[in-house]
Amino acid sequence: MNASTASAASLAPLRGLFERQQVWQGRRAPPGPGAEPTGWPELDAALPQGGWPRAALTEILLPADGVGELRLLLPTLARLTGGGQTVAVVAPPYRPYAPGWCLHGVDLARIEFIHADDRQTLWAMEQCLRSGSCVAVLGWPRAGDSRHLRRLQVAADTGQALAFVFRSDRHAGNPSPAALRLDLLTQPQPALRIRKCRGGQPPSRPMPLPAAWP
Amino acid sequence: MWACIVLPHLAMDGILRQQPEASGGDAEPLVLVGAAASSKPSTLSTAGAARQVLAVNGPARAAGLFPGQRLVAAQALLARFRTVECTPAMVTGWQELLAAWAYRYSAEVVTFPGAVALEVGRSLGLFGPWPRFEQRLREDLGQLGFRHRLAVAPSARAAWLLAGAGDGGMAPDRTALEQALAKVPVQRARLPEGVAGSLAAMGITRLGQLLALPRASLQSRFGAELSAHLERLLGDRPDPLRHYQPPDRFDAGIELGHESVSSQALLFPLRRLTADLAAFLAGRDGGVQRFTLELLHERAPATPVEVGLQSVQRDPAMLFELARSRLERATVTRPALGLRLLATELPAFIPAARDLFDGRPAHALPIPQLRERLRARLGADAVYQLALTTDPRPECAQALSAQTGGHELPERLPRPTWLLHRPIPLRGPAPRLLAGPERIETGWWDGGDIRRDYYVVETGQGQRAWVFCAPGQHGPWMLHGWFA
Repeated sequence: MNASTASAASLAPLRGLFERQQVWQGRRAPPGPGAEPTGWPELDAALPQGGWPRAALTEILLPADGVGELRLLLPTLARLTGGGQTVAVVAPPYRPYAPGWCLHGVDLARIEFIHADDRQTLWAMEQCLRSGSCVAVLGWPRAGDSRHLRRLQVAADTGQALAFVFRSDRHAGNPSPAALRLDLLTQPQPALRIRKCRGGQPPSRPMPLPAAWP
Repeated sequence: MWACIVLPHLAMDGILRQQPEASGGDAEPLVLVGAAASSKPSTLSTAGAARQVLAVNGPARAAGLFPGQRLVAAQALLARFRTVECTPAMVTGWQELLAAWAYRYSAEVVTFPGAVALEVGRSLGLFGPWPRFEQRLREDLGQLGFRHRLAVAPSARAAWLLAGAGDGGMAPDRTALEQALAKVPVQRARLPEGVAGSLAAMGITRLGQLLALPRASLQSRFGAELSAHLERLLGDRPDPLRHYQPPDRFDAGIELGHESVSSQALLFPLRRLTADLAAFLAGRDGGVQRFTLELLHERAPATPVEVGLQSVQRDPAMLFELARSRLERATVTRPALGLRLLATELPAFIPAARDLFDGRPAHALPIPQLRERLRARLGADAVYQLALTTDPRPECAQALSAQTGGHELPERLPRPTWLLHRPIPLRGPAPRLLAGPERIETGWWDGGDIRRDYYVVETGQGQRAWVFCAPGQHGPWMLHGWFA
């Protein structure tokens, strides 16, 4: 009797806490800030949020340069720059070739290319992401571990920007804080594997790339 | 309506604000010394002995030191104190800085000895009402590091007088002014020389008594100067004051007092100087695109560090950050004794316009400022844009900077997104041909002519490459780009 009144008395404020939503209860994570369409309908369909995770880091792992890694992003870049928004490209591994970019509808006047050496690439990416003035930031850091990628993830969140990191697939086994990790495969045929995606289970099979690739 | 800001500790504050708080502030006795202000040159004393105390801080005053004391007398009273040399030019410099700052709030700025007055009546619409305006002025002065007394009166001279008598004096109209002036002692009424003494001898101690006397008899006794002064005080007679005109250049320096080899020690003076520059620029509604930092050395010419910006700026944090990263990259061979900031070109500042419906975060750093920040650390050429040219040669088909843009792609032929700086032989097994040949044969007009057959190929690793070979042949392949 005594104990039950005590528990009833202690329950009442607890319920109040729940009602006021002051207690965190384990539930599904709320959907993130949404997604940007990738421009590839097959990829959009495969991604749980239906596109690039907004204000987050996407890591793209490559077996070699020139396997269509930019082609993956060019529709997005064309759409963003066409809308008058600025995109930063940090430490590209080669000289960007303007005709190739224009061919896919990218407005080059809206792209800031940033030349940075190995040590400064991550710093420059973070500055661009944090500034809040770039809608997307692409980077090719040669150095850096998951700690650095986490900084980029936080910076992307601060600046509400899309962050893309292109790395060698040597890093595939290392942990990564990226919201989305993609593997570009060339063997036996061009395909895209979703290694990790926030807010859903990655598909088990690699997704074959369209015939017109790249 | 005029507000006057009296700076009772102008020289001391000017020195103190150049020193980081960590190195003492008020803790140790500090004495400013300079050449004796007396107009009679003394032939007997040597130049060193003629130096006298100009200002003292709290601990020094507690030890019995006072301004006007001779330095030797001060040294006899107190064994250890820090002395800082202070010249009249330095004091004038600080007063100029404050005038430049006040010019931000009013177009009419007047300087008095140890005081700055500004016309505030017409600025109230912008910064008012007065309590808020006053708070703003005081906050600014606090940030600049100057102790002050502030008063408001219908004329500049009266405001100066009231501020000299006490802080917060407020006389918005004629009756209030007469009441406020009545309480001011004649010794502090800035009367013509010698008059105050005679008046005191006549039993007139307050300005109120003086103002009550018939003006005509005053004039016959003390001359026209006194009555003119009184009329100017009350605003009955126009006051021939020279209005402050902002100079066309900024030149300020801070001495460290010791030699320093690390750039860290220069950060404090650098922050002060860039903040002063920003205050000066805001006052004249200008900006700066190029300025020079000079590291001052002993017995050696100064080391200049040029700071160039891509666009006109005046944000203090931005200027400091840029100057700092330039300074850190500069090669300095000798220890620095001081820092000087010199800006000679002060172009008009046009704030960046923002789109009302811009969806970017409100705190977003504008693109030009982001570029500056990156350039400051990565180098002047680190940030670039690309544009198409009309040249058909792959090497020349693009140019840096967006100014040359506007060309359209002539044809929709396959073009890679990466280009190698110079073509290299393609290694590995024979590639699979996907498209081609496309013959590019051009460039005869400047001697850089080329004749090549371009193909799109797939390498054994699955990479798409843009390769070329001599016309009509199938290899050896030269790799020129990647379809990334």
